[in-house]
Amino acid sequence: MNANQLTIAAARHALRKGELSAVDLAMACMTAMDAGDGLNAFVHKTPEIALEQARAADARLASGDAPAMCGIPLGIKDLFCTKGVPSQAGSNILRGFKPEYESTVTTKLFDAGAVMLGKLNMDEFAMGSSNETSCYGNAVNPWRRGNDDTALTPGGSSGGSAAAVAADLCLAATGTDTGGSIRQPAAFTGIVGIKPTYGRVSRWGIVAFASSLDQAGPMTKSVRDGAIFLGAMAGHDPKDSTSANLAVPDFEAALTGDIRGKRIGIPKEYRMDGMPDEIEALWATGTRMMKDAGAEIVDISLPHTKYALPAYYVIAPAEASSNLARYDGVRYGHRARLAQGDGITEMYEKTRAEGFGPEVQRRVMIGTYVLSAGFYDAYYNRARRVRALIKRDFETVFADGIDAVLTPATPSSAFGLGEMASADPVQMYLNDVFTVTVNLAGLPGIAVPVGLDRQGLPLGLQLIGRPWGEADLLNHAYVLESAAGFVAKADKWW
Amino acid sequence: MSIDTDTARKVAKLARIRVQEADLPALAADLSGILGFMDQLNEVDVTGVEPMTSVTPMRLARRADVVTDGGYPERVLANAPDAREGFFAVPKVVE
Repeated sequence: MNANQLTIAAARHALRKGELSAVDLAMACMTAMDAGDGLNAFVHKTPEIALEQARAADARLASGDAPAMCGIPLGIKDLFCTKGVPSQAGSNILRGFKPEYESTVTTKLFDAGAVMLGKLNMDEFAMGSSNETSCYGNAVNPWRRGNDDTALTPGGSSGGSAAAVAADLCLAATGTDTGGSIRQPAAFTGIVGIKPTYGRVSRWGIVAFASSLDQAGPMTKSVRDGAIFLGAMAGHDPKDSTSANLAVPDFEAALTGDIRGKRIGIPKEYRMDGMPDEIEALWATGTRMMKDAGAEIVDISLPHTKYALPAYYVIAPAEASSNLARYDGVRYGHRARLAQGDGITEMYEKTRAEGFGPEVQRRVMIGTYVLSAGFYDAYYNRARRVRALIKRDFETVFADGIDAVLTPATPSSAFGLGEMASADPVQMYLNDVFTVTVNLAGLPGIAVPVGLDRQGLPLGLQLIGRPWGEADLLNHAYVLESAAGFVAKADKWW
Repeated sequence: MSIDTDTARKVAKLARIRVQEADLPALAADLSGILGFMDQLNEVDVTGVEPMTSVTPMRLARRADVVTDGGYPERVLANAPDAREGFFAVPKVVE
């Protein structure tokens, strides 16, 4: 086994024992990263920073001052602002942008001794479910359908993060999740992805998509790694006014493996028409695993589930149209070449037409429309009312004593790159059908790999927890992970 | 709700995104499809339900009204496509 294939927990052990140096670990990852160019996961590599941070981590390890993430090589989603390093949110409109500051999440990770290998591919402004809207081109899933060499999507928007972790180019990666952008790619690549409670992780320095829904989280090879990583990312930040002033529990210590007497809700509304048999069977398998571990299985109803996607596709574009107004060609990034006599309006219009890709343009315009005079009440306010009802659905089941909700993570396994090209945009949006409710309700959710489908592709289940209940949620996920025993890896072709 | 070419043109203008005249019909069709999907929301009885303003019940924290940052215009301007003499430069705005 090469060092880049280690989990965070295993690497932490080896580093602390002195069996492995942070520099050697970083070098192993950089070798894998360079050999993994065919996945198009890393889009800006930072080997000099990685080596400098790894040397500093070795010094800390030698002095006995080594937090859990000390010396751990990570990939960072391109949505995070990293000082002096290109941070483009997968968009041409931010070409050349090098932030003068560091996001809170990456600051915390670096303070904890983590090592940055580079920036990871993603859908433009995190708008997409297949990493096909990226200005860098598609990221590619390391998994393939048996011997069929069709290139598959790693999911999106955190597609580069998912591909890099699944292919062992790094030990773990940051992701962000506005409607499922951590959990869907995690499920498509057989890794673990956590969307924390809204407010658990600071959004400061992360390029904003839909501010009331965005939340950063870890993408890892195991639930334990997710617990370690989340502990290093989370916590109150005065620079994010929606960051919660709550103590961060020891998530790893919560992994007892004991869920006896816990009540797991199975929501009937997540049994969708046309859902593949394999997803249905996987869900039943997961349910049985939780039952065998001593949990009580309870059928529940979340009656407004059906309306989550349409509500999301009002609220998220509305917020995006406002957030993306800042890309005007004045302060950073791209400015269009202007013609004789062009004024400032032409500068805005040409800059944004050249800088934004089709999906981002579409969502900005949808958002502009639903916020415009005469339609604000009919669309935006109605969607926010429906959002309140979706949250109430969860509050009701939690008040009835449900500890966690178990659902499929995605309606299918990874699909082929380009396969959805001719579909209308709504077809692509359906990828988020099981994950988007969690963002609307501000809850923590986790995708755990549970099995392979007939084509040999990973499938995941999602567990949804109570607000601020990540510790308990992670313990449920740990039980599911242990029972599923998912150890499959993609055969290396890249 | 269906969007016609004129509405698509108006939305593009409001969004400050230049769309070629020839591309407007396709844009209108796209936007109509998405808005049609959203029309499902009209099935929901929202009587007496307040629009959500904050997903977690919290009061926004206040801080002292003091300057906490700044004093480095060169860093603020470092990424500007056009900066001159300590300012962002743009095409002429006022005639």
